[in-house]
Amino acid sequence: MTAAPQNTKAGAEKIAVTVSAVVPLNDLVTRFEFTRPDGAAFPPFSAGAHTVVEMRDQGRTRLNPYSLMSDPSDPSIYAISVRRDDQGRGGSLFMHRNVKVGDAMTLTYPVNLFSLDLRGRKHVFLAGGIGITPFMAMIAQLEQSNGNWELHYACRSEALGTYADQLRSHYPNKVHVYFDDQNQAIGLEDLLDGQPLGTHVYVCGPKGMIDWVHTTAAEHGWPSENVHSEEFLAPQPGKPFEVRLCKSDITIQVGEHESLLEAMERCGVDAPFLCRGGACGQCETDVVEADGEFVHRDHWLDDDDHACGKKIMPCVSRFVGKTLVLDR
Amino acid sequence: MSKFQFPESIASRPTYGSLKSRPGKAHLMIADAEGAEAILDLAAQDAGLMAKSHVIYIPSGSGAGLSERLRGLKPAQYYEGPSYAAAVPRIRRVLSDAHMGLQVYLCGTEGLMGQAMNEATAAGIPHSAIQTEHRGSIARRMQCVHCKGITENVTTDPFVCAHCGLNLFVRDHYSRRLAAFQGVCIDAEDPGNVPNPVELYK
Ligand code: FES
Repeated sequence: MTAAPQNTKAGAEKIAVTVSAVVPLNDLVTRFEFTRPDGAAFPPFSAGAHTVVEMRDQGRTRLNPYSLMSDPSDPSIYAISVRRDDQGRGGSLFMHRNVKVGDAMTLTYPVNLFSLDLRGRKHVFLAGGIGITPFMAMIAQLEQSNGNWELHYACRSEALGTYADQLRSHYPNKVHVYFDDQNQAIGLEDLLDGQPLGTHVYVCGPKGMIDWVHTTAAEHGWPSENVHSEEFLAPQPGKPFEVRLCKSDITIQVGEHESLLEAMERCGVDAPFLCRGGACGQCETDVVEADGEFVHRDHWLDDDDHACGKKIMPCVSRFVGKTLVLDR
Repeated sequence: MSKFQFPESIASRPTYGSLKSRPGKAHLMIADAEGAEAILDLAAQDAGLMAKSHVIYIPSGSGAGLSERLRGLKPAQYYEGPSYAAAVPRIRRVLSDAHMGLQVYLCGTEGLMGQAMNEATAAGIPHSAIQTEHRGSIARRMQCVHCKGITENVTTDPFVCAHCGLNLFVRDHYSRRLAAFQGVCIDAEDPGNVPNPVELYK
């Protein structure tokens, strides 16, 4: 595994924004659009990038990553679409309940961990549910360059098919939608079969779908370089634990419902991060001493790293045991 | 068996592995000379493989008896040609008709593997997904960095550029785009002061 990116600032540069539109799309999903109060152009982004949204929720700061789904060629707005997760940690509920047009908010500069491979001859997008969002930007980007793409989009029902109608009417020959409640499913094997050389597949959706696509493609002889996926992990609750941060010279408590990264931030420690979902590698932290078990949940470290107990990704991983000392 | 273990060198120098049967509906095997032995070994790993395989073989004079044995594997398609250049139109055609999941196996000399690798990557297969196995001659395909001419089958260091006649030093610096190693003038500072050629890796 390559070393973590060198920039160890906490998070990407920030951008002050104003909420310019709140557009409910269906029972669960709402689109939020942002403009800059100074009217300046947004930094350009490539399709597949995400931004981390800072939410001030009654004294608590929530930082959630969302894929940018607006057209990358339009520098006047950024847009995200947020699915309300009633069982989640509260970030999406905050967005749905508290965020109003005109609110001032803070986003980070976009970071792309799920970019198009523009060497590809053809791009096949596989979306599950809210996993449609990065593909909205990818489709816009490819349409600009007359790129060869098709979308296969699985949603629960017509009523929850976020953007399904819009996509189908714009691109009737390229968009295929499958509704779970009508027992429709993506025919992955047939889909992989017969694609021209140089085709890339991109999948964004639940973990089971991502694993299914990787496994099936490998069985069909697809090079792993041609199969791309993005899954942000949300930090999972766990037993509270204590951590000593030796550089900062403090000992902190990580609560049941916060991540180690969040606990560090709460205590004023400037810890690096970009994705907050175990994917980017930015938060990688050296372990100085540990007596107990790590609960590694990231996609960044490899199995050997996980086994040796010398590193931890504080955005999603936890610890159960007596002593944990980190080099932070 | 004609396997040669290349000594470790700079990162630019390609390295080769040993062919393993991989899942896939279609398999393309391109070999020259003793590269046929690697296909024979590969076929022995997987009884069902050859029925899904297209073999393109360039015997290059040293394929004594190997053509017969390759044919005996009963590949789905078999082509034999007098030179790599003669096989190129066929390779391009096979790749342009191919679909994702095609497995490509290259075996034999470095010159053949490098050039066929270029065709496969140009067709959209990532180079890291293409398997290679070196067999047979250790002769190199060299580019003269001065006149840009390619000299095939270089077996000594230094050697004389077949195009411009300069005395060239054989480097491990490799160009994937050209599928050739770089040859650099060895007596530029002191014309005529040329060390005696020695055989590569001797
Ligand atoms: S912040 Fe990206 S892996 Fe932790």
